[in-house]
Amino acid sequence: MPKRTDIQSVLVIGSGPIVIGQAAEFDYSGTQACRVLKAEGLRVILVNSNPATIMTDPEVADATYVEPITPEFVEKIIAKERPDALLPTLGGQTALNTAISLHENGVLTKYGVELIGAKPEAIHKGEDRDLFKDVVEEVRRKTGHGESARSVICHTMDDVLKGVETLGGYPVVVRPSFTMGGAGSGFAHDEEELRRIAGQGLTLSPTTEVLLEESILGWKEYELELMRDKNDNVVVVCSIENFDPMGVHTGDSITVAPAMTLTDREYQILRDIGIAVIREVGVDTGGCNIQFAVDPADGRVIVIEMNPRVSRSSALASKATGFPIAKIAAKLAVGYTLDEIPNDITQETPASFEPTLDYVVVKAPRFAFEKFPQADSTLTTTMKSVGEAMAIGRNFPEAFQKALRSLEKKGSQFTFVGEPGDKEALLREAVRPTDGRINTVMQAMRAGATPEEVFEYTKIDPWFVDQLFLIKEIADELAEAAELTGELLAEAKRHGFSDQQIAEIRGLREDVVREVRHALGIRPVYKTVDTCAAEFAARTPYFYSAYDEESEVAPREKPAVIILGSGPNRIGQGIEFDYSCVHASFALSDAGYETVMVNCNPETVSTDYDTSDRLYFEPLTLEDVLEIVHAEQEAGPVAGVIVQLGGQTPLGLSQALKDNGVPVVGTSPEAIHAAEDRGAFGRVLAEAGLPAPKHGTATTFGEAKAIADEIGYPVLVRPSYVLGGRGMEIVYDETRLAAYIAESTEISPSRPVLVDRFLDDAIEIDVDALYDGEELYLGGVMEHIEEAGIHSGDSACALPPITLGGFDIKRLRASTEAIAKGVGVRGLINIQFAMAGDILYVLEANPRASRTVPFTSKATAVPLAKAAARISLGATVAELRAEGLLPKQGDGGELPLDAPISVKEAVMPWSRFRDIQGRGVDTVLGPEMRSTGEVMGIDSVFGTAYAKSQAGAYGPLPTKGRAFISVANRDKRSMIFPARELVAHGFELMATSGTAEVLKRNGINATVVRKQSEGTGPNGERTIVQLIHDGEVDLIVNTPYGTGGRLDGYDIRTAAVARSVPCLTTVQALAAAVQGIDALNHGDVGVRSLQEHARHLTAARD
Amino acid sequence: MTTSTRGAAKTPAVLVLEDGRIFRGRAYGAVGETFGEAVFSTGMTGYQETLTDPSYDRQIVVATAPQIGNTGWNDEDDESGRIWVSGYVVRDPARVPSNWRAKRSLDDELERQGVVGISGIDTRALTRHLRERGSMRAGVFSGEAIAAEPELLARVQAQPHMKGASLYEEVATKEAYVVPAVGEKRFTVAAVDLGIKGMTPHRMAERGIEVHVLPATATAEDIYAVGPDGVFFSNGPGDPATADGPVALMTAVLERRTPLFGICFGNQILGRALGFGTYKLKYGHRGINQPVQDRTTGKVEVTAHNHGFAVDAPLDRVSDTEFGRAEVSHVCLNDDVVEGLQLLDQPAFSVQYHPEAAAGPHDAAYLFDRFVSLMEGQRA
Repeated sequence: MPKRTDIQSVLVIGSGPIVIGQAAEFDYSGTQACRVLKAEGLRVILVNSNPATIMTDPEVADATYVEPITPEFVEKIIAKERPDALLPTLGGQTALNTAISLHENGVLTKYGVELIGAKPEAIHKGEDRDLFKDVVEEVRRKTGHGESARSVICHTMDDVLKGVETLGGYPVVVRPSFTMGGAGSGFAHDEEELRRIAGQGLTLSPTTEVLLEESILGWKEYELELMRDKNDNVVVVCSIENFDPMGVHTGDSITVAPAMTLTDREYQILRDIGIAVIREVGVDTGGCNIQFAVDPADGRVIVIEMNPRVSRSSALASKATGFPIAKIAAKLAVGYTLDEIPNDITQETPASFEPTLDYVVVKAPRFAFEKFPQADSTLTTTMKSVGEAMAIGRNFPEAFQKALRSLEKKGSQFTFVGEPGDKEALLREAVRPTDGRINTVMQAMRAGATPEEVFEYTKIDPWFVDQLFLIKEIADELAEAAELTGELLAEAKRHGFSDQQIAEIRGLREDVVREVRHALGIRPVYKTVDTCAAEFAARTPYFYSAYDEESEVAPREKPAVIILGSGPNRIGQGIEFDYSCVHASFALSDAGYETVMVNCNPETVSTDYDTSDRLYFEPLTLEDVLEIVHAEQEAGPVAGVIVQLGGQTPLGLSQALKDNGVPVVGTSPEAIHAAEDRGAFGRVLAEAGLPAPKHGTATTFGEAKAIADEIGYPVLVRPSYVLGGRGMEIVYDETRLAAYIAESTEISPSRPVLVDRFLDDAIEIDVDALYDGEELYLGGVMEHIEEAGIHSGDSACALPPITLGGFDIKRLRASTEAIAKGVGVRGLINIQFAMAGDILYVLEANPRASRTVPFTSKATAVPLAKAAARISLGATVAELRAEGLLPKQGDGGELPLDAPISVKEAVMPWSRFRDIQGRGVDTVLGPEMRSTGEVMGIDSVFGTAYAKSQAGAYGPLPTKGRAFISVANRDKRSMIFPARELVAHGFELMATSGTAEVLKRNGINATVVRKQSEGTGPNGERTIVQLIHDGEVDLIVNTPYGTGGRLDGYDIRTAAVARSVPCLTTVQALAAAVQGIDALNHGDVGVRSLQEHARHLTAARD
Repeated sequence: MTTSTRGAAKTPAVLVLEDGRIFRGRAYGAVGETFGEAVFSTGMTGYQETLTDPSYDRQIVVATAPQIGNTGWNDEDDESGRIWVSGYVVRDPARVPSNWRAKRSLDDELERQGVVGISGIDTRALTRHLRERGSMRAGVFSGEAIAAEPELLARVQAQPHMKGASLYEEVATKEAYVVPAVGEKRFTVAAVDLGIKGMTPHRMAERGIEVHVLPATATAEDIYAVGPDGVFFSNGPGDPATADGPVALMTAVLERRTPLFGICFGNQILGRALGFGTYKLKYGHRGINQPVQDRTTGKVEVTAHNHGFAVDAPLDRVSDTEFGRAEVSHVCLNDDVVEGLQLLDQPAFSVQYHPEAAAGPHDAAYLFDRFVSLMEGQRA
């Protein structure tokens, strides 16, 4: 039966900003889905507030709304576009929840929009714990297998406390209903923990509901990915086994596909249960993910949960098998059946089969605890990782070791040198699941732990434990062998040892090991991911390396360009870089090159086998990249390797690649050095006559003090060679400077601490530009809303800049050109400036695609990354203008006056982290980047655009109600005007005594409320924190000052996060918010697609 | 948990294909030499069932899944009394089994049963070779059996071909036996054993069928002596073109219009009994992920396959046969191979794949219910 003919247009809801638990995988899924629907001739309407996505590229949908994903805004879009159907299963929990709201508030009925992919009843059955329990019971009746963990549903703390007795005592699992990525869930071992976790859970759950459950800690954990069509055909796409046993969120676990330790009987039981569940829940066209726990002692199966939608696991399963779940889900949603859809990879067999793997896939999570030193690093059922790497190998050790090195984090690879430490202590440490527990396990094994002991302490399956021993035994052989023979080297490579690991064990240099290996003719071959274990020929070159006999890389004639991706997402290097890589691939393919993508991040569009001509799913280390370059050079001509689009990861390989004779195109390694090395960059600035803030480098407190004394406090201090502002701090006085130096462990003569003058009250400006050696194309100028000193990635910004005039732009353009020329850029450069007084300081320059490239591209309707890729391969700005890739005239620095204003806002992961006492972590912004994602608000005026950005990031700004204001002394002056505006808009003000006094003197009335430190008043007057918890505050303005007075602010800000009350932590944000509130209160806020904005902008340009 | 067996596993082994391609690896299971038809199986689970499936008699099975032996060997999942494969080719054997039902390691069991294997070779390259060139004769040699390559090749080339091989008699039971019905007995079925898998009578027994498993040499008199409500012809190894005895036996059953069900080899025999031809597939279907469409309902089932031969019957029309109209009831969506036959004018049907599914998914279990319905219909 072909597709439905009654659907002509469909609205797809994206997942919004990247947050923990909902990341780039939804861009991958959503992009696939939109493309499929468009190819089917449907009009695709998309809403997603995240500009750093491929799916919001104007080509992907017919009408792309970069608007907040709230029921209010989506209703406006529905009213305007009148779609026939709404597909809510591809945008994570955000899309599902929004769709359910629109169903429940009658909007879908009102406009005659059909929900496709999953019906509301199915969504409820899958997500509502009570209903799902009934589903599992029914499944047990039908199949004889599967049960739910014993549990009780609770709506109050009383229910919770009684519930524990019903379950037979502690420990118990607490799971709030309807939260994303398991937010708010955890294990409670006693009443204190229970009260804390369940209290939060009740708050976080939109239905004030938590589930208490018997503990199944230490059981084996599995997942199945299933798909079902309207004819009730069901296939299991992939089985996934968690290396970490139950107790760790699957997003935080090391996971393996296919399942490794199930017999067929046991696997088929899970399959039968899975199929019965998808039928019982009623997911009739699409995919779902089902999680199981299996008792290792007797095989008792507990069905943990199901997600009636595309998920992080389904993205992983798609990459692991070559079966594109989202793409097929979209086809099923519009009426196709599985047997009508061809398998892309074989092209001759249908999608109504189950992929079979002849390799092993391992996914490892990447964490960012170093960014949140207060946060408890124990892994629980709440997801905390910010990204992941996947690796494919011909056996588990190979895939596992590749995955660990793909994480690209110090210490993530196993090390086999040095003293391992005390066995008992290591084993005890390994009990607590943490980032890097696996390395602790390995050290315990080196210290003499037996397999039985490792299992006893960690409950990691004995088969996996033995595989770890296999790795260790090979390391021992490497260490003990008299000579590094070909046989031994080949054996080590077949088990995933990197040249670097072998070098470390043998006390050699990595390049020496590589030379020996090459001399012995030991090189990897590349195998194909083909869904069918080679039963049928594969048409899609999706490769992974293995030390095996036969390579499947086919010869080619067209010149290839190899694009290095950005690896696992992490704070500071996320989806924005993938966006640029994907654009490069598209642009270079159009320009006649064969594109070759290298990346190891399963969440991304770049690792979709459809994106580039060839895909190598490989770690981004020097060794792995050199081998790929070699394989591709054997296959045909290689025009070059692009390193400047994937962020710092490939950029860091630039020089070494060049030293190994690899043709690096675009900005040269020497030019990269000129921008990154402080001395060299200083010379570039000096030659161009550009000022930088005064600075110096120090290795001792004495030196640092001398510098600070000379340039004056406050100073910005940071370790050298770090990313994302890691360890950066603004220091206001000598005491703190001394403490900072004392706390910094990494300071040494070769790694001095950098001390910069901190420009107080400066406006920070970001510029993205293209340079071809002759001509500069100013991509865009972004004015930060927060002052300099807050990491640019965490700061909101506006484009075009809202307070800079033509003269300022002229200066920025001249400075940018001087730097681009001085450094020797060929492609993109991002420069951060600070305007203090009338001086334009240069803070730093990055000769690569920046985090803001997608934002700039969308705000100005110009594909900067595509242009950069072309410039890297020799095209000029003039040629690209002639071709139409860049505008015929003008650039992002001279947008017409009526161009729309775009505001980017960062999204912070505060609500994910707790300290070990269970308190939230502080939410103050600073020079160290901590945001996970961003949203964009776009409108014709700044206020509305800002209001949209807030609505997209944190929920709508309040337009009336009570505002609480407490600001640091230095901010009191600038707070008066916006405070007056708030009153004019009808807000009732509350303030702490000091702030209230200042307001009063300026004729603004504010109720004085008690500080948290003052405690409850004699007549029961509540403190501000209690008021926030009681839901009596609608807007919070709280700016921190240094370290003094922080504690009160800390409680206020964490309460704000807990209750989701908008909390502004800078006065600049307050001023912007006031403009936003003003816009919301005056007239209707409309929606407009990017395509409409672009038409408008193009018309104005011509 | 035992410690490493890596030292012992370093005994060299070599796999030689009849077209001269050679793979060098390490001995796995028993050390020695073995010959058979090299075929690949793509199931990721179920090696114990595969190895004990009599249809794999005289075949050297290549596991495309690289990690084999992880769940060891238990006392429950055997499909017959012994391992039938003549050789086993794997990439990365487990050193330690992990499963609450495991009694010993796969390695130990292979050695105990004298099954020669090889590990550590590029099984994907081998699979691609077999896919492109077709299944072919092969030999595995390890330890002292290793000789110069030309000599090994000559020994492989001296082996008989699978085409034309009559093997069902060597795997079938010599004595009849009864598998009692589970719960209340509702029907009696005579099952002709041509290499029957243990799960097949079990699936019938679960449905209240008392199964009389008869030797391959059974006569029509033997069959009707048990007073059957239905007759079943099992799976089995070898070339169906050699199975004149079973074809004649089935013809006798068809003549009496007794409800009839056949699986795999049984499907090929039905095909031949109806006058269709059978032919050898280039590299066969062996795996547990094959999409088969039931043409009567349009539904797709994911099924377990193990067949190197297939029935040559027209897909696009109903055929007239000696026993009335016949049609292709099931087809493999990967390659349009006939996967099932049914008679429209009398109660007989068969499938080329494995609804008993051990190993494999249970999607096709309804076929046993269909058999039950036929028997019910006959009674009514």
